[in-house]
Parts: sequence; structure tokens; C-alpha cells
Amino acid sequence: MMRYSGFKVIKEALTGHRGWGATWRDPEPKSDYDIIIIGGGGHGLATAYYLAKVYGQKRIAVLEKGWIGGGNVGRNTTIIRSNYLLDGNEPFYEFSLKLWEGLEQDLNYNAMVSQRGILNLIHTDAQRDAFIRRGNAMILNGADADLLTTKQIKERYPFLNTNNARFPIKGGLAQHRGGTVRHDAVAWGYARGADQLGVDIIQNCEVTGFLIENGVCSGVETSRGTIKAKKVASCVAGSSSRVMEKAGMRLPIESHVLQAFVSEGLKPVLPGVITFGAGHFYCSQSDKGGLVFGGDIDGYNSYAQRGNLPVVEDVCEGGMAIFPMLGRARLLRMWGGIMDMSMDGSPIIDRTHIEGLYFNGGWCYGGFKATPASGYVYAHLLARDEPHPTATAYRFDRFNRGLMIDEKGMGNQPNLH
Amino acid sequence: MLINHPLLGPRDAAEFTYMGDANLLHRPDWEAEDALQQFTDYGYLRDNPAGLHRELWFHEGGDRSWLVVTRDTTTHEVTAVELARDVARREGRSE
Ligand SMILES: Cc1cc2nc3c(=O)[nH]c(=O)nc-3n(C[C@H](O)[C@H](O)[C@H](O)COP(=O)(O)OP(=O)(O)OC[C@H]3O[C@@H](n4cnc5c(N)ncnc54)[C@H](O)[C@@H]3O)c2cc1C
Repeated sequence: MMRYSGFKVIKEALTGHRGWGATWRDPEPKSDYDIIIIGGGGHGLATAYYLAKVYGQKRIAVLEKGWIGGGNVGRNTTIIRSNYLLDGNEPFYEFSLKLWEGLEQDLNYNAMVSQRGILNLIHTDAQRDAFIRRGNAMILNGADADLLTTKQIKERYPFLNTNNARFPIKGGLAQHRGGTVRHDAVAWGYARGADQLGVDIIQNCEVTGFLIENGVCSGVETSRGTIKAKKVASCVAGSSSRVMEKAGMRLPIESHVLQAFVSEGLKPVLPGVITFGAGHFYCSQSDKGGLVFGGDIDGYNSYAQRGNLPVVEDVCEGGMAIFPMLGRARLLRMWGGIMDMSMDGSPIIDRTHIEGLYFNGGWCYGGFKATPASGYVYAHLLARDEPHPTATAYRFDRFNRGLMIDEKGMGNQPNLH
Repeated sequence: MLINHPLLGPRDAAEFTYMGDANLLHRPDWEAEDALQQFTDYGYLRDNPAGLHRELWFHEGGDRSWLVVTRDTTTHEVTAVELARDVARREGRSE
């Protein structure tokens, strides 16, 4: 088992980097496991890691149809935060932020967790009231929140246009512990950690069906043969409806495309994450110097992993309204990912009505920040068959019981969350 | 994305508001025995297919008609566009 350290880097530098070896194994699938996790994204790999590490489970496999990290975990804009309002959400996201804070030591892997802070801008009096309420809810749940005045914002971020005629900046709600993380490194770090604890990570292995008899699931059909398991845990984000359909389930989820953009590399200009409160635009600067930004989902069902131009225009207009300097940068790349948009904008982590089959999904555009907690609480559910205390609200039956967790108060219209 | 409006010809999709799966035209019968379950399914569960999808688009920035658009969710190609009124009548929703 190889540990990374400064000493190791120097040693390898002096010996031609011949001693690094593979970061995880490439095992053949066995014929049966105790627990199978479908989907090698951030959440699936984190689930496997915590199952082995915290819950002492053995004989675990992660089945990934492509390569690990090829899904949304490698496509997102890497923002982490715990600035939610509702009781069903805030303790969970704060648990996640705490896990991020210790993640690199825990995994012995540099995931470039950077708590550079996130600032949500305020443009109206009503919005200030709403943000004060949210900040108080965050503090009640043990998170940090700081209301900034326009003057404080100008001092910290002199490039912001605070006097936009339509959307003047009236203040902001900051969470200084929020920030960004190197997304691919999260997938790789969890994969390496899980592999070292004996988890089989099986790539190029698509789940094509479930073995279900008399309401009990006993394994999966895959492109690499039938694999039996005592418990099967779906964790496929944007593909949730397609996978669960094979178990005869319809989900409270629509798949939508979200686009993201990155500019050419620039000298450091943007110290944290900033979000525009009047339209939908958010931006941070990567360690390579690119301005990474995005906005709304396109708004129609899609599995295409690419979006259309009206949203590009809308995002850029939002950006220009607060950061006139953005207009001088050239766009380097843009791409899209498929979001599992749920009916209330919040996730589901629950058993299904089929014994032995579990579900984790509905992450919308915000599941990256949830990666550590999602894995942890899903592992808890799989190991103990009861929800983790921070995830008791993420049930399937909340829709027919009228217990939606609707942060934005939009109702059952997935493209509005 | 262009939507070939049956009355107005090809229009930019940005003129429209997307309103989801066209099965929403078929509101359940509130007097049915299992109306509660039917309405829960109607309100919250979706087929969400990868491939052809029949969906409602409201021409908000145009003539305010409702359309049923058949579109491939894997390519965004629009293959059929009808007035929702015609579809609803054909499927027995109204006279
Ligand atoms: C452009 C964009 C920006 C975003 N920005 C943010 C952000 O700033 N902050 C934030 O918190 N969140 C953000 N998100 C959301 C976040 O990326 C997702 O919610 C999260 O990554 C989903 O969990 P995951 O990592 O497990 O998903 P994925 O990485 O998508 O993992 C799912 C895996 O399942 C696999 N799979 C699918 N079907 C099968 C099958 N049949 N058999 C086997 N494997 C299968 C897929 O190949 C995939 O690897 C963003 C998303 C996008 C697209």
C-alpha cells in the first residue's frame, strides 16, 4: 500500500518516477458480493469507501459503465458550501462540509480542498431579509454565515459593479468555509481509498438489469455477466431513471442538461466564489487560472450532455452585469452534464419497495458538495438499514405525504429548482 | 433548438416555456377510488425516457398556444409538433 508524502515525491523525482505504480487495481468481477454499488461517480466511490472504512463491510464492488470520474463528478464547477435553509437539508450539507475539511488527511490524497469562501450577492431589500433568515438557519445548524455590507464587499472585491442600474449590489451573505475542490481528485482519492480497503472497482461494466424475484433483489445483469449480491445500491445521478426503470420503477426525477464554462487562464483576479442574486450566474477561478462559471439549467429533458445557445447568452449576460471584466476574457471550453432534477430540488437516499435494492439520486445541480456526506449516509443506510440522523428527510414517500423539501418554493416543476 | 410551430413556422425554442411530459394532459379523475394515488403519480412521477419524448411547450413569448413537441432527448432533434388542443381532443380530453 503506497502512501503519498513529501519525502516520496523527492525520492521519486531522484529515481525517475519509476516507483509510483497504479493507484488502484483493475480486478475482474467476482460472481457474488455482499454489496454492489452501481455507478463509479463521486457518490458511489465515497459510499464504497465509508462502507469499508466506517461500517466495516467486506466484499464490496463498484460497477461503472465507463471510467470512474467520467460522469458529473468530472464535469461540475466544484463548488462546496452548506448554505441551505431547510431543516431537512442544512444538517446534512453541514455534515458534508465538515467531512470535506478532514478529507485529504483521511484519504491521504490531495484533493485541493480550498476554503476560499462563497459570497451570495443581495440586490433587493426582500432578498436581504431572505438571506438574513437563511444565515440564521445556517448558524443554528452549526454552520458559519456572515452578512456583508456593500462597503465590505467593495473592499474585498473591487472589480464588482455595485452600481448596476437594474441590479445594484446591496450586500451579500458570505460563507467563509465554502470554496472549491479539485473534482477529479475527489473521485480518484475515494477510489484509491476504497481500493486499499479491498473494494473491487470494476470499470467498463454497465448494469443492464436486476435479478428480482418475489420482491427481492439478489443481484444485477451487467455487460460483463451476472453478478449476485445481498444488497444492490443504485448511485447513478443523471442516469437514475434509466437504471431504475429496469427494476420497474418510475422516479420523481427528470433529467436535464446543465452547462458550464471556463475562460482562458488568467492571473489571479477572483479570490472566492461569487454568485449573482438577480439572475443566475456564479463564478470562481481555478488554480490553473481559468474563470469557471455557469448559471441555469437549459430547462428541458435531456440526456445529450450538451446544451443550447440561449442559456449561454443568459449566463454571459448575468456575468457581465456584475463582473464587467469578464468581457475581456476569452471562453476556452464549455460542456454539459446531465442532472437528476427531482420534484422538490432535494435528493433521495432511501430503500426501495424491492427488498435489497437501494437508491441514491435526485442531486440536481448541487450534488458535488454533498459527495462525502452522501457516501457516508448511504453507507450507513446500507450497513444498518436505517437512515443516518442527518438524512432522515430524504425519503421516497415524502412526495405522497406532502413533506417536500423545497428550498426554492417552486413546487413540482423540476426545471425551476 | 428550433420548434416548427404548426401556425407560425419555425420559432426559436427560447420563445417558449417548457412544461414537461405531455402525459400531463391526462389529469386523473378526481372521483376515482384511488384518486389520491393517481394524483401523486401524476404530480410527481415521470417516465423521463432517453430517446423520443412527447412534451408540452407553451409559446409564452409568442401566440401563447400550447404545443405537444416530440423530441429526442439524446440528440434534441424535434420530429413532430402539434397544437396541444388537437392532441387533447384526439385523445378524448375535451370536446
Ligand atoms: C456543469 C455542472 C456543474 C455542476 N456544479 C456543481 C457545483 O458547483 N457544486 C455542486 O455541489 N454540484 C455541482 N454539480 C452537480 C454534481 O456534479 C452532481 O450532482 C454529482 O456529481 C452527482 O453525483 P456523482 O458524482 O455520483 O455522479 P456521476 O459522476 O455522474 O456518477 C454516476 C456514474 O454512474 C455511471 N452509470 C450510469 N449508468 C450506469 C449503469 N447502467 N451501470 C453502471 N454505471 C452507470 C455513470 O457512468 C457515472 O460515472 C454540477 C453538475 C454539472 C453537470
